[in-house]
Amino acid sequence: MSFSPYVPIVALFVLGALFALFSVSIAPIVGPKRYNRAKLDAYECGIEPTPQPVGGGRFPVKFYLTAMLFIVFDIETIFLYPWAVSFDALGLFGLVEMVLFIGTVFIAYAYVWRRGGLNWD
Amino acid sequence: MTGADVLLLALGAVAVGSGALVVLTDHLVRAGLYLVVCLGAVAGLYLVLAAELVAWVQVLIYVGAVVVLLLFAVMLTRAPIGRSEDLNRPAWPAAIIGGGAGVGLAVLLADAYRWVEVAQGPPGTAELIGEAVFRTWVLPFEVLSILLLSALVGAIVVSRGQR
Repeated sequence: MSFSPYVPIVALFVLGALFALFSVSIAPIVGPKRYNRAKLDAYECGIEPTPQPVGGGRFPVKFYLTAMLFIVFDIETIFLYPWAVSFDALGLFGLVEMVLFIGTVFIAYAYVWRRGGLNWD
Repeated sequence: MTGADVLLLALGAVAVGSGALVVLTDHLVRAGLYLVVCLGAVAGLYLVLAAELVAWVQVLIYVGAVVVLLLFAVMLTRAPIGRSEDLNRPAWPAAIIGGGAGVGLAVLLADAYRWVEVAQGPPGTAELIGEAVFRTWVLPFEVLSILLLSALVGAIVVSRGQR
């Protein structure tokens, strides 16, 4: 295969890596170091940091459900992509197939909805 | 050696090296992050072998979603974020089994193909995969939706319990 379409992507990867290396290595050299309490706090996107329970602590199982939901619909989306690309060649047959497929996954979606899997609390 | 051969060797070395780090590190979270490197290198291998769609599916599903699920699983169990001292079980049996299986498979493959030139198939573009999946392999595709259904129902049952 020809790699020419990937040359810009590789170039961007290299540029990104260089930028990260440059920032990380130059910051300790040129940056002034004046520490205070707020600066030494863990950074959590600007909100008050949540203290970690002793021993690591456990996270709610809701995160697992969210991740599972994400994976299932991620896989469904992946199949939509080649289907959409060759939709014209497949015709009505392809449409029926995809309706059956999405319909089956939608049953799961309705089940999750009914069982309250989409509520956070 | 062509450029593709060099790329294959380099990506294979990255995949094997980061795969070894996954099992050698004491930090569970770091093991998950090394897995990202390993799966990314495998995606690069697919790309070099002209399986474009498979490569991007590898990035989207495995690097993007499965590793997230694994890291969530580490957070959900009472696994510590730092070092885990109890992971240092004797490594020799695992090393012998893993290394033996890897070298054995490599020898088998090398012996089976010797120096036969295998013509590379057409590139695995989305059009070709779409045609194959939605014409030839319709039944497995539809059965897959049942698998996804049971995965979601299973996730609900496991995480919500019987009520």
